[in-house]
Amino acid sequence: MSILVDKSSRVLVQGMTGREGTFHTERMLAAGTSVVAGVTPGKGGQSACGLPVFDTVGEAVQATGADVSVIFVPARFAKAAVVQAAEGGVRVAVLITEGIPVRDMSEAVAELKLDDGRVAERPFVLIGPNCPGIVTPDGCNAGIMAASLFRPGRVGIVSRSGTLTYEIAMGLTRAGLGQSTCVGMGGDPIHGLGFRECLELFEADTQTEAVVLVGEIGGDDEERAAGFAAEHLTKPLVAYIAGFTAPPGKRMGHAGAIISGSSGTAAAKAAALEAAGIPVARRPDETPVLVAEALAAI
Amino acid sequence: MDLFEHQGKELFAAAGIPVLPSRVVFTEEEAERAAAELGYPLAVKAQVLTGGRGKAGGVRVVTRPQELGEAVSAILRLIIKDKPVHSVLLEQGASVMRELYLAVTLDRHAKAPLLIFSARGGVDIELVAKQDPAALLRLPLDAVSPDCGGPRDAVVAAAALGDTQLDEQLGDLVDRLWTLYRERDASLVEVNPLAVVRDPARLVALDAKVTIDDNALYRQPDLAAQRPDEDARERAAREAGVTYLTLDGDVGVLGNGAGLVMSTLDMIGAAGGAAADFCDVGGGARAERIAAALDIITSDDRVRALLVNIFGGITRGDEVARGVLAWLETTGVDLPLVVRLDGNNAAEGLQLIAAAGIDGLSVTLSAQEAVESVVAAAKTGSRA
Repeated sequence: MSILVDKSSRVLVQGMTGREGTFHTERMLAAGTSVVAGVTPGKGGQSACGLPVFDTVGEAVQATGADVSVIFVPARFAKAAVVQAAEGGVRVAVLITEGIPVRDMSEAVAELKLDDGRVAERPFVLIGPNCPGIVTPDGCNAGIMAASLFRPGRVGIVSRSGTLTYEIAMGLTRAGLGQSTCVGMGGDPIHGLGFRECLELFEADTQTEAVVLVGEIGGDDEERAAGFAAEHLTKPLVAYIAGFTAPPGKRMGHAGAIISGSSGTAAAKAAALEAAGIPVARRPDETPVLVAEALAAI
Repeated sequence: MDLFEHQGKELFAAAGIPVLPSRVVFTEEEAERAAAELGYPLAVKAQVLTGGRGKAGGVRVVTRPQELGEAVSAILRLIIKDKPVHSVLLEQGASVMRELYLAVTLDRHAKAPLLIFSARGGVDIELVAKQDPAALLRLPLDAVSPDCGGPRDAVVAAAALGDTQLDEQLGDLVDRLWTLYRERDASLVEVNPLAVVRDPARLVALDAKVTIDDNALYRQPDLAAQRPDEDARERAAREAGVTYLTLDGDVGVLGNGAGLVMSTLDMIGAAGGAAADFCDVGGGARAERIAAALDIITSDDRVRALLVNIFGGITRGDEVARGVLAWLETTGVDLPLVVRLDGNNAAEGLQLIAAAGIDGLSVTLSAQEAVESVVAAAKTGSRA
């Protein structure tokens, strides 16, 4: 097993006919992903990357049975694309697009009644935006990560960063520890699934035996994940946090501090995780060592 | 993008949010002319994109023309939290009876906008929030609704201004602030203090903190054109499509991906060094972008050694290696340079660089080794 996507996933690509869309569709196909359709409004009936193109997600789902959408549309069309994905019947939408205005994402969340990336009345989850996607090694590459860097195995990864995910996955692979699924959740202030929700999925996944959380400064997703892990996670969790030496950002106004009450620093995140009994690697290359120790202790 | 107080107040005025008459000036002479129009007393306020200016001496009240020149020139000489003051706002004085706090910002948890109000505004608002959380109203707003009726009424009730006209004015002000936040793609609009002043009794925004969402600047062209001055290197980087920030150290750093670069800075710190910059060339970066980034990093005289840390996913190690070699050849920069490559085509890239046999240029697959050797080079090396 794995989480979110696997070999049986049927992927459609919104924005497949654009430059980025075409480039990455070919890479996903080369990695063995079952990409089955493209969606570009106004280009229904054409074909791209050897696949049929539809005007809407709904039509593509009906004709091809697609259940995962990877979205590459330009930022200004991203809100409409997400709403269409959710209403068109896919189970997972991976929003790769970066630079989406916060107002558009908060409107999409309100329109779809998205709660931490999920919708109550039907199975739908959003990953991203501004994310590298999801890789289930040797099963499905739904996004822009380099599938060749991953190996199938029993460690789940959830990360806010793209290249750090590579760095850590490669370190695990070299230590003989393959991965069940790697989720790049993206770094935007408003995003779909977060650490906590991904930990829930890994907890329920039979293939995953340990989880790595890759966090960075800003927000308090890591602190919330620490709270969740302490109470609900039975599998070992190892964390790495980037940004210990980042200069404190100048803050405009008081509203941010009033809302979060959290400093958002790497030190505060590491302290929260360690207080919950979660080991925090000080360098990316310490992560595989800590994972191996945690697995050996089971 | 953060706006200066005077830019924020122009937005407020255009949105019908009451502000006092004011002028932004850059010199003493300009200040004298503006003061003659505004009259006394006047507040002289440093225009700087950071908090804490009041405590740093950046706000003064001037009651007579004789005091103006000294106040303006003293404030223009200030450096507040590393930010030099280039302009001041002269604002008509007012007698303040009460200070309130009103803001709209993004609540990342709720993934929705949040209206925040306190009847106890002023400089100690964060203290109020900590010591007496009940003194703050936090009212979620519906992102898709232009109407904020419920939260508006709650604010008016909590303010207890005891005057129907003031109540009406406050309600109207909340509406206008929410409209401004939505229509101008703000991620923060904060009025602290929102003051009740006398003669006649009315509400005015005495300060304005506005942050505009960078991702939305394409649909706010008038605001995009007002972007406050950046550091020359930061501007060159933006034009080259590279994220660059100046830091305090002497190790020049280039990497791909924000997380990887942050992690590199941490490793440099742990090895006893300090980075001169944060530079992220992004995914799939090609030779030209890497050359442009190296130009920007080495235009900083403090840089004594360079680290290129690339983990190739889509980015190809051999292409990075060719880019670095071509850059060295054309610029002739003579600094110790350590290249760490891993991932996609890393072996080919490492081989290319090793084969070039250039003095002061070393390569490795290990980030830790790369960091240790660049930190050592920065300590012993010197610029040719």
